[in-house]
Amino acid sequence: MLPIDPAKKNSFQNTICDGDLVIVYERHDVMKAVKVCDGLELQNRFDVFKHSDWIGKPFGSRVLSNKGGFVYLLAPTPELWTLVLSHRTQILYIADISFVISYLEIIPGCVVLESGTGSGSLTTSLARAVAPTGHVYTFDFHEQRVASAREDFGRIGLSSFVTVDIRDIQGEGFPDEFCGTADSVFLDLPQPWLAIPSAGNMLKQDGILCSFSPCIEQVQRSCESLKTHFTDIRTFEVLLRTYEVREGRMNCGGDNEGASVGSRPSKRRLPCSSAGSNGKETKGGSVMARPCGETRGHTGYLTFARLKCL
Amino acid sequence: MSESNPQNPRITWEGCSVLLDINDGDRLVFARLSPSSTIKIGNKKCCLSPLIGCPFGSLFQVETGPKGPYLLRLSATAAAESDHLKEKDDSQPTEGTNDNRSLIDNNKAQSLSGEDIDAMRREGATGDQIIEALIANSSTFDKKTLFSQEKYRLRKQKKYAPRVLLRRPFARSICEAYFKKHPARIGFMRVDALSLLLSLADVSAYSDVLVVDMVGGVITGAVAERLGGTGHVCNTYFGVTPYPMDIVRIFNFNDQICGRIVQTPVADLCSNQENKIEHFISHENTSSLETQPDADERSLSTTCILSDDAILEVQSVQEEISNDSLVKSVSVSETFISSGNGTSDHMDVDPCSTKSLDVIHEENASPVLKTCKSVKPGRQASPEAIKLWKENGFTSLIIAAPDLDTWKIVEELLPLLSYSAPFAIYHQYLQPLATCLHNLQTAKMAVGLQISEPWLREYQVLPCRTHPFMQMSAFGGYILSGVRICSNKPSHQS
Repeated sequence: MLPIDPAKKNSFQNTICDGDLVIVYERHDVMKAVKVCDGLELQNRFDVFKHSDWIGKPFGSRVLSNKGGFVYLLAPTPELWTLVLSHRTQILYIADISFVISYLEIIPGCVVLESGTGSGSLTTSLARAVAPTGHVYTFDFHEQRVASAREDFGRIGLSSFVTVDIRDIQGEGFPDEFCGTADSVFLDLPQPWLAIPSAGNMLKQDGILCSFSPCIEQVQRSCESLKTHFTDIRTFEVLLRTYEVREGRMNCGGDNEGASVGSRPSKRRLPCSSAGSNGKETKGGSVMARPCGETRGHTGYLTFARLKCL
Repeated sequence: MSESNPQNPRITWEGCSVLLDINDGDRLVFARLSPSSTIKIGNKKCCLSPLIGCPFGSLFQVETGPKGPYLLRLSATAAAESDHLKEKDDSQPTEGTNDNRSLIDNNKAQSLSGEDIDAMRREGATGDQIIEALIANSSTFDKKTLFSQEKYRLRKQKKYAPRVLLRRPFARSICEAYFKKHPARIGFMRVDALSLLLSLADVSAYSDVLVVDMVGGVITGAVAERLGGTGHVCNTYFGVTPYPMDIVRIFNFNDQICGRIVQTPVADLCSNQENKIEHFISHENTSSLETQPDADERSLSTTCILSDDAILEVQSVQEEISNDSLVKSVSVSETFISSGNGTSDHMDVDPCSTKSLDVIHEENASPVLKTCKSVKPGRQASPEAIKLWKENGFTSLIIAAPDLDTWKIVEELLPLLSYSAPFAIYHQYLQPLATCLHNLQTAKMAVGLQISEPWLREYQVLPCRTHPFMQMSAFGGYILSGVRICSNKPSHQS
């Protein structure tokens, strides 16, 4: 997933090999992670795709099924992984993830502690940010989740940047060996205030902590407990509004042919009628955008704080 | 900067760039630390030298000594003590019984006069002592609610004992500071939008990121920060003049990181295609002096465009130039640093403003400046690097070019990306991105196309008084993102 290994770096020279992990893209909302294995087949609703047809093709290729259906084969990235991973828990999405990475000031070489691991959606982005010289230590008290997460990180090639362990951070705190070594700590726990004193011990001076909580009561209690050893305590909510784009015909007068603006909304992809491959030459049509009607209204509150400097 | 590149990046050094947070975010100032640099807080001018060698995160308070005002570092215990004084009311968990029924706005509540305060100062009273005196002499203080007592104390503290927090400049804090004070200089890009761009473009160590940065260098700097001295950020430009990237200097990049920031004209990257540069004449160029490349560089980039055969020759020219540009880059940094602080102006357009963002200036050219001359970010990309990019493709693309035709840029630059490489395009207007998305979709150049607009709200979290802030930024920019696909008719020469 990361371009650390030059042999695997995404480039015009690099093609899909047996054993690679690819993201099979059917539609923007239908994607799947697949390990390429010569001899296997991928079956979706209508078609059957032979893995052997994929080997040797560049990433980003369109591949055909036995019946002429097609999918795209994309190289995995943390963003795509977040869209395809199996949800063992509620996960963090891109808006929160990107904001957390920036705000925690994570750069290559950083040591980051995380609890809980959950489904590992944030962890892949943390690993990308600390590579090639840093490391992410992530903990979850759920044995099976730890095992699945470890397997996932292996599958997407992040094992050398992530260590997953079983530990109840709320109960026991982070392991002593990390005392004063962490550049940043991320908490996604039901009672983060229980882990905050330990997190404070783990951080380097001026290190940053982030706590993600869905409920404002959790934020309230966390902020209370942060006051003792932390400064710059700030709480945010970050959301995304997405837009749908379509080409419509604006009629004036009684002419009712063609797709009018008022016609039934259609999600994103619209057949571009007779425009051919050169959309910009379409006569009379104009490209319009509007926010999608429904969206994620709440994920969680992000509380950041810096360890006070002695 | 190699010699000043410290073992511990968490402690300041001479010549280091810092972000000073004055009075809890009221004013944000970028400064370079040297024995002679100063900062003006209120009407007091303080020397910044006490900040050298301190850990980032240290807190300072302005005190007045026999030789005038100076910055005193507060130990954690002292700071906690005065915080405790402030917050002892907070231990009573809920709201008090006081309200504002008996407050009369007649300006007679304070019996201490300005002269009295000046007299106290002359006698060497500390800021904290003046605040206590003000409270003791306020006839209304006891009638205020606990919350407004706290606010009163904070207001007085900001005035009589201003505090300066020493911060490490990161993409996050730099973007936030600019957005607060000079949003136009970074194309109105809020920090959450910048964060999204970096994630959506999959920027990580060893990436080769193609960037069109017409937002002052904030993207170039943010990408370089994520690369950590590996890979490349290739800052490309249409025409002959590179876009200004002064913001890159605010990051404390070492030589290794600076060396990874290169510039190259689009024409060089697309040299197997027809030169289309005449379509792109940059309108918005260089508002500030130091962003003008010096004459040598300009002629250099012109030469690059004229012919590919000239590259070798150009290389040798570049060697010469980089030697004598050592001197030039010193003067360049001086220009940069000496702007601000109320004089000529790069950063500080309205010096009367209470909340301000500025760049502190050096009184005298100090030896510190000479350490900045080593590796300058934004050298011309080497022909070897350009050749490799042509063979392998860039690993991702970020565009923030508010004044160029988005679709035309994308049409030209997308073929330079590897297949399956992600891209993210910033714009403060929706329409250019909508058109671009539509065209990409129609031409089947990309999948996973999406226009998103981040929304960010900050909260006040206090016992019984938690709510979103009354004022918030309503808009931080739009982002079009997607993944390049391998088309049936490959536009790439392979």
